[in-house]
Amino acid sequence: MTHIAPKVELRNIDLRYFTFDGETEALSDFSLAVLPGEFVAIVGQSGCGKSTLLSLIAGILEPTDGDVLVNGAQVEGPSPLCGYMLQQDHLFEWRTILDNVLLGAEIQGLDPGAAATRAESLLRGYGLGDFLSHFPHQLSGGMRQRAALARTLCTDPEILLLDEPFSALDFQTRLALSDEVAEILRREGKTVILVTHDISEAVSMADRVIVMTKRPGQVKAVHDISFKDSGNGRPRPFEARSQQEFQQYFDRIWGELDIHVGN
Amino acid sequence: MYVAFLQRLKRRRRLILLSQFVLLVLFFAIWEVAPRAHWINPVLTSYPSAIWTTFFELLGDPDNGILQHSWVTLQETIVGFTLSMLLGVGVAIMMWWWDFFYRVIDPFMVVANALPKIALVPIFYIWLGDVASIYAMAVAIAVFITILMVYSGFRETDANKVKLVRTLGANKWQILRKVVLPSNVPVMVAALKINVGLALVGVIVGEFQAAKAGLGYLIIFGSQVFQMTLVMTAVTMLAIISTIMYLAIMYLENTVMRHHR
Repeated sequence: MTHIAPKVELRNIDLRYFTFDGETEALSDFSLAVLPGEFVAIVGQSGCGKSTLLSLIAGILEPTDGDVLVNGAQVEGPSPLCGYMLQQDHLFEWRTILDNVLLGAEIQGLDPGAAATRAESLLRGYGLGDFLSHFPHQLSGGMRQRAALARTLCTDPEILLLDEPFSALDFQTRLALSDEVAEILRREGKTVILVTHDISEAVSMADRVIVMTKRPGQVKAVHDISFKDSGNGRPRPFEARSQQEFQQYFDRIWGELDIHVGN
Repeated sequence: MYVAFLQRLKRRRRLILLSQFVLLVLFFAIWEVAPRAHWINPVLTSYPSAIWTTFFELLGDPDNGILQHSWVTLQETIVGFTLSMLLGVGVAIMMWWWDFFYRVIDPFMVVANALPKIALVPIFYIWLGDVASIYAMAVAIAVFITILMVYSGFRETDANKVKLVRTLGANKWQILRKVVLPSNVPVMVAALKINVGLALVGVIVGEFQAAKAGLGYLIIFGSQVFQMTLVMTAVTMLAIISTIMYLAIMYLENTVMRHHR
């Protein structure tokens, strides 16, 4: 088997926060390699440092110790290679949908004409063609999150960092949109790292699920997700949920997360 | 049902307007009748019809025209709040940019804001003379609260919006231009609202001390020669100016705030 160079690599990451009251260890000896085109989900309880991982890869946070590599090169600040999607859409209420999608292109100084063409075609593709000059408050939650996806993809990043991007949506919208987003990202061959506390979301969307321990965050277990009965390739997330293996993965990960209600 | 609801709303709104109008008429009627019937001393209060006559006398007066005086005050106020807005937002940007600067300057700002600026009127007059001291007074009264308000708005800018543009590769200047300034337009409008009123106070107080023209000057002059009609005319004019500025800001607010929700 030939060796494929990882797209994103974290090597022995330590991350400690220093405050007046002392020191908090957020991540401890965390290592991870994501291959090109791979869809990796990271699950863990809140506060385990999973969102911090994305900030490290995006280059807006530096590790206390260890290396963060994208395309084999050390990360030294935000790069157009990575696109980041946050929990909420954070569309700017004073900009139209089209202008919101163009935000990244403006900041990176890309050609405005080409960017506008791309933004429009993305928005059309997501069924938002009639809303280019609408303002965010005129759109529903699902439409807004689709506009946020267009904003992330408008600068054509190779790596997508998704930080619980569906958690603010209602259940139906959430299922439909995660299905749609997974399809879009697979079609475009993006490398995706999804952070979530929703086990079914992780199992239904990802090729690989990484379970994290509580703080300080470490890798507890890794699961390669595959479905036997799906014919060619991977089933869509929505179909995956009804596969036989789905429940087995779910139960195993649930056990590993060690969730206690109450104390 | 819905039509009835709308009608009820409309009727209520009309009733409120009518009551306000009646209140205004009643106020002027009592002000007119009480001095004439010698329930109160007319020399102390004057009355609306005298103000009306004085207004038209002053309108034609070449040196003491009421409109000229009003214009002087209005223009000083506009310059005053524009300067304090620019200065206030400028300093707030500096405080946002350099946290060290903010830490150092913060206690001085708080004290300067708490100090009754009226106490500075004689000092400004001696230092700056009769024209500049009026502008200085308007700025001194309005600028500190502007700085504090706008800076606290900047600080409370949605951290996730800032994070978002940072992941897109924004530098500090772009964070300021693309997120911090536009998202704080409502805060700046609120600051402007307060600013306009305070600048007007500063201008009038400054005119009390220094001016050769303006409504503040007219009020002091009138009281010194004990012509209450002149004083009341100037005060009425001030009320009109305040109303006009208030309406202008309401209009601005409605235009600017349409997409900020």
